[in-house]
Amino acid sequence: MAVTVSPESDVVASPVQRGLKEGFYAGAISLGLFVLFIGLKTGQNISNELVVTTRWGLLVAVVIATAVGRFLYVAYGQPFMANQKIADVATGLLPGSVASRFFQLPWFIAAVTAAVLLFVFNNSLAGWVGAEPAGYLQFLRALAIIYVLACVIYYFRAFIHANFTKLGIAALVLYPILVVAVLSLNAWSIVGGLQGSLKWVDNFGIQILIYVMLAWGLNIVVGLAGLLDLGYVAFYALGAYAYALLATQYGLSFWILLPAAGAMAALWGVLLGFPVLRLRGDYLAIVTLAFGEIIRLVLINWREVTNGSAGISGIPKVSFFGLMSFNVSDSNYIAKVLHIAQSGAYYKIFLYYLILGLCLLTAFVTIRLRRLPVGRAWEALREDEIACRSLGINTTTTKLTAFATGAMFGGFAGSFFAARQGFVSPESFVFLESAIILAIVVLGGMGSLVGIAVAAMVMIGGTEALRELDFLKQIFGPDFTPELYRMLLFGMAMVIVMLWKPRGFVGSREPTAFLKERRAVSSSFTKEGHG
Amino acid sequence: MQYFVQQLINGLTLGSIYGLIAIGYTMVYGIIGMINFAHGDIFMVGAFTALIVFLVLGALFYSVPVVIALLVMMIVAMLLTSLYNWTIEKVAYRPLRGSFRLAPLITAIGMSIALSNFVQVTQGPRNKPIPPMVSQVYNINGISVSLKQIIIVLVTAALLALFWYLVNRTSLGRAQRACEQDRKMAALLGIDVDRTISITFIMGAALAAVAGTLFLMYYGVIAFSDGFTPGVKAFTAAVLGGIGSLPGAVLGGLMIGFIESMWSAYFSIDYKDVAAFSILAIVLIFLPSGILGRPEVEKV
Repeated sequence: MAVTVSPESDVVASPVQRGLKEGFYAGAISLGLFVLFIGLKTGQNISNELVVTTRWGLLVAVVIATAVGRFLYVAYGQPFMANQKIADVATGLLPGSVASRFFQLPWFIAAVTAAVLLFVFNNSLAGWVGAEPAGYLQFLRALAIIYVLACVIYYFRAFIHANFTKLGIAALVLYPILVVAVLSLNAWSIVGGLQGSLKWVDNFGIQILIYVMLAWGLNIVVGLAGLLDLGYVAFYALGAYAYALLATQYGLSFWILLPAAGAMAALWGVLLGFPVLRLRGDYLAIVTLAFGEIIRLVLINWREVTNGSAGISGIPKVSFFGLMSFNVSDSNYIAKVLHIAQSGAYYKIFLYYLILGLCLLTAFVTIRLRRLPVGRAWEALREDEIACRSLGINTTTTKLTAFATGAMFGGFAGSFFAARQGFVSPESFVFLESAIILAIVVLGGMGSLVGIAVAAMVMIGGTEALRELDFLKQIFGPDFTPELYRMLLFGMAMVIVMLWKPRGFVGSREPTAFLKERRAVSSSFTKEGHG
Repeated sequence: MQYFVQQLINGLTLGSIYGLIAIGYTMVYGIIGMINFAHGDIFMVGAFTALIVFLVLGALFYSVPVVIALLVMMIVAMLLTSLYNWTIEKVAYRPLRGSFRLAPLITAIGMSIALSNFVQVTQGPRNKPIPPMVSQVYNINGISVSLKQIIIVLVTAALLALFWYLVNRTSLGRAQRACEQDRKMAALLGIDVDRTISITFIMGAALAAVAGTLFLMYYGVIAFSDGFTPGVKAFTAAVLGGIGSLPGAVLGGLMIGFIESMWSAYFSIDYKDVAAFSILAIVLIFLPSGILGRPEVEKV
């Protein structure tokens, strides 16, 4: 049978032509995807029946936006990126020429001036131009500050790259002090500054650091030992409930219960690890997921002990090693002991340093463990289980220690979480949390502590920052709630970051064992384990 | 005895829905070796599409025969849900196909979060109840069987037969099985691997959409977060049956359905999910590759 091959058309379509075609397709697909979900809205009428209302305008806008976006990307974005292949080595994010064009000295000076001016006249702005434009100006100020910071990072990129860990730790240690100082200056009073710092230290600082700690704990199981654990939140829940129950029932102190919670979580890690040792890869993943769900369901249903979905409230605060307390009614309340003004911010700042300390402990233990025989066994297990076994490594104990160590840090983080919230309920320990922690580990570049910390900051800090976007209400009307879009954007960000950097933020590894010279290798060479 | 048979029927109904979703998991796993975490939310999108179609039908026509309404809901849900899964595969999984194993898992989790929150943002966070579509109940020797249950089991059986035919008797199914065994070799033999994988996703989504429509008809209510639990149960079912094996997915779905209904009937309804997950763990300890799964032979 004669085979005729139709000749490929000689003329290669220009990017604009391709863009038009692709834009049209994208528009058609988004029309199909969104016609029911955006074009129609289900809502209740007065007699509580479901009715549909139409939103064709919004649908048309979304479809056109998709089509135009796709057109611009294919017609102009892709050729541009192709021309700028050589990425800036230090930042590794933007193409070099773009970065140098974007960060220029005159712009930098302009941004600094704008930020300073807007800061100085912050309080009188609303009086001059009205409340609404003042909201925009505050947004402008935030943009200017971000630009200035980005510039500083860009100019000192070589230095920052070389001393990233030290600078990072210094920044984390100084963070609450800086926040209080800046806000005190802004409000012209230290009490005001302390009050204003609550949000920054608690929502951003503590929240992010809890996830850093959890992700570093999970990193031992997933990143080092290569065991895919989808139920890590179970250990977090166990630690939280261990502290909550023992502290409220028996009045034990946080400092006794912290190790106890860790030990209990580790015990459960071994208990879970034992039966599932024979499982590999995705079977292990589903059993750990099932374990996480079982723990959550038991917490919901074992009402006599856990108080069910209502949760446990009134969990005592952490004390400053028993010397000072953070309860206003106590005789050794910190403000009374130190003779300073009363404020709730001391407790938050103390908690911040506590979780920072716990994080650094996790990092320290992880780094040291990697150099011990057990840590090397973990990494060997991740790379090749059969080779590992034939070299005489006991894979059973290796897996169990990984599970137990990871679980222990989860337990620590859990008891800290209970102490910080003062309230625990099964709502906080859903699968989504496990997924977020795992996503942080993978997005950071598995096994890399710095990358994971950066990923936690970007993902958790980013979603927290979305709570602050109230000025958007002025653009989209008062019904617009940016908070609703938080998790939607979080999910999309996970996809986009993964597509953009499949190996995570830090794509290279420093081997713990090496011949003659220590050299970072691309993480494409490391495996991810099969269970 | 009557009580037992009654529970058996309830379990069969539930298990049919799980089985339909589980096939989507197991097919995708078989062909590209990834856990499609967004599949539970694809199921939810299917159910939601059916809900919106139901409301549109109610608004446009004075009265629609139940059979036609169900058919229209099912077909529209199948079409649109397939489009969702196709787009997701194209956008989020295909670029990462050569990458390391956890990368598509993370994008799948991201897509699952994005999908459920997309539905929440566009359709509101409330439960969406619809009036009962089918309410006949037949009583046979003291065992009550509702028409809803009969419809679910019949539709599932018909779809499984069609599906079995597609996979075992058509060139498309042959291509799928070839890709499952060895993707590179299949490509060398002239099989369009990308297209086959796309079709696998479309088929999985279509079955999930039918499951979603049946779920909506059976329970009469759906919410944006309803994708997770059936999704996890169906995934459990797929693993229990041996992931990658199609009869295994159906068997696993039925088993999970039976375990759940029996446990709620004889022990405690609160712990039915705990029972399902515990039995999964126990089965996997003794049969590490599931009931019908091929044991992985590892070559060095």
